[in-house]
Amino acid sequence: MMGTQSFKIAAVIVSLLVLLIIVPYCNSFVVLLATRAMVFAILAMSLDILLGFTGLASLGQAAYFGVGAYLTAILANNYGFGLKWDFWLMIPIGLAVGGALAAFFGLFAIRATGTYFLMITLALGQCVWGLAYRWNSMTGGDNGLTMKGGRPQFGIDLSNDINFFYLTFGFFAATLLALYVLTRSPFGKSLLGIRERELRMRILGYNVWLHKYVAFIIAGAFGGLSGVLWAHANGIVTPETVVLTTSVDALLMTVLGGAGTLVGGAIGSAIVFGLREYVSTLVPWWQYVLGGVYVLTILYLPTGLMGIPGRISQWRNSQKKRETTKMASAPS
Amino acid sequence: MTNASRKLQSILIGTAVAVGLGLSAPAGAEELRIGYLAPLTGGLAQTGIDMRDGFLLYLEQHGNKLGGMDVKLIIEDEQGKGDVAVTKAKKLVLQDKVHMLIGGVLASTGYALAPVSTELKTMYIPSIPAADDLTQRQLKNFPYLIRTSWSSSQPNHPLGQWACDQGYKKIVTIAADYAFGYETVGGFQKAFEDCGGKIIQKIWPPLGAKDFGPFIPTIKADTDAVFSLMVGPMPAQFIKQMRGAGFKKPIIGGGTSYDEFVLPFMGDEAIGDVSALHYSAALDTPKNIEFVKAYRAKFGKVPSYYSENNYTTAQWLDEALKKAGGKWPGPEELIKIMVGIKLDAVRGPVSFDDMRNPIQNIYIKKVEKKKMFGYEKDELWNTVTKTYPNVSQFWTYGKDKFLAQPVYDKNFPPCKFCE
Repeated sequence: MMGTQSFKIAAVIVSLLVLLIIVPYCNSFVVLLATRAMVFAILAMSLDILLGFTGLASLGQAAYFGVGAYLTAILANNYGFGLKWDFWLMIPIGLAVGGALAAFFGLFAIRATGTYFLMITLALGQCVWGLAYRWNSMTGGDNGLTMKGGRPQFGIDLSNDINFFYLTFGFFAATLLALYVLTRSPFGKSLLGIRERELRMRILGYNVWLHKYVAFIIAGAFGGLSGVLWAHANGIVTPETVVLTTSVDALLMTVLGGAGTLVGGAIGSAIVFGLREYVSTLVPWWQYVLGGVYVLTILYLPTGLMGIPGRISQWRNSQKKRETTKMASAPS
Repeated sequence: MTNASRKLQSILIGTAVAVGLGLSAPAGAEELRIGYLAPLTGGLAQTGIDMRDGFLLYLEQHGNKLGGMDVKLIIEDEQGKGDVAVTKAKKLVLQDKVHMLIGGVLASTGYALAPVSTELKTMYIPSIPAADDLTQRQLKNFPYLIRTSWSSSQPNHPLGQWACDQGYKKIVTIAADYAFGYETVGGFQKAFEDCGGKIIQKIWPPLGAKDFGPFIPTIKADTDAVFSLMVGPMPAQFIKQMRGAGFKKPIIGGGTSYDEFVLPFMGDEAIGDVSALHYSAALDTPKNIEFVKAYRAKFGKVPSYYSENNYTTAQWLDEALKKAGGKWPGPEELIKIMVGIKLDAVRGPVSFDDMRNPIQNIYIKKVEKKKMFGYEKDELWNTVTKTYPNVSQFWTYGKDKFLAQPVYDKNFPPCKFCE
């Protein structure tokens, strides 16, 4: 069992290295897409903490993404903050503001489970969207906020797309590592316990509410981080950033790649970006492709793409079992 | 995919093959690569199709050439979202190496694309996005931008004046709650109050609202008329519900409340309503009749201002590139040439002011049901009842005075006569 785990880790590290080495040599549009996909991968992975590890399907993850992005844009445009070395301060600020918002929303959301949790997070997420849309003087309303100062420069010029790719890659890898460590920790195990059987955890004496609440805040914090990166990746923050579709995208990415695997969110993000942004430049019926992929995944791979190896070994085992039963039943 | 784009595609493939085989293209025919952004999926898809068709019609009528250059038109679906538009624009510039970007629908898309044009040093023509500040207070940030369409408040200043001339004293505005709504209402209010009118109430239903039940009863009874600004699916519902609720007074509106894009979806209750815009399909000029007939024969519908603006954009480029000698002169140079060109367009005479927004006729239009241009059926048309010639985006205020005030917003001009 440990063997497959270390094999998996090795596979992830190798694919990350391959990504790091190959992408900068691709054409600049691919670099751009890879950067964006990684930003969304952070968002999807943060959501996976809730969906995959705690069993809470949230439809409001875009809220934290949005506040991170809007805060970055507002601070940069109004105060010139975060465009030099102080960009590094924006990272903890983004984490903090995402976490803080989640801490507030969590008070309302955590009391519910299942569909009710979904509805409450949806409503809270839409509140943030409404604010972004209507608070004209601060958010620019429908027009959104353009990052007037461009990307940060601190010796390294991030307006160069390749430099920015490396930066985003760094944060992506760091997030992956941090969340991986988190999910392997005793705290992560207790989240799994809650996902599997909440009542039992409660009887065992765990403060289930608090565990969920903390998970919610952590997810929010990383959502905020991805928002900070998105503001710089995209150069513009609009209500579109915070709208329900963004939350749904994050949810679909996670499910597509495989919930509860972390890496699944990243794979899902890569596939969605690849299909939506790249295939749409090739064919006008890209939406059917994307829709088809979703439907097929749900029908045949409910555990997501990361579930494929498991499915294969399951299938092999059943084959083996059938053969042994055949052999066992043959002599009689 | 439409016939036109299919035909175009085959031309393009043909060209590509010819180039690929090393055959020399006809003398002097350099390739002009245009990145065209329009929403082809989502709620704004029909608008995007109107835009694209307008542009394609011009290309088709002119042998797929602009100013002697062979056009390679690459159309991307921006889905009506600023984020997506930015991604697609970068793809067009970085991967397809286009010479210029054209398009976008929403003001927000215009604001999203303009900085991209600056960053990538690529010419950008917002052929629909009307956000005032693109060619006003923020123009200095966008050296590669030139607008061939209009600014949001441009047609509404004359409409404000016109409302005064009708003897309206008090008007209630009801407009979609977003930047385009603010700028439209702002322009109208400014001009209307400057000639003695009073805006006594401003109502802001959310963008995309289809039920105006909560808003209609709040309209103050002593108003002389209602000014509306609706977009997308809103206008038809709004008029139906207003008249259904027994509102008998005149309704006037910004251009998108009654443009040819929404007219076919409206009933007779819209008859008599007045709006202002820089184009009407019912414009009785030989050029327009020819355009409407060609467009309708090809695409089966009456062209909207979305179509005309893009047709004219192509025409403007055609003239400019002719002057440039059929060669790509670079964005700065082309913009310089374009600014100097006065065009006899479908919508009437157009030229640029010194902030790269058109000076053009503004038409006060009344919805009428009649037969036009030899078509058999009675249909709703935007009959032009008055023309304000050569209106600039600064109306009669003068550039400096106009730019000294802030951009029109929800609270600017302030509602002095509201309670």
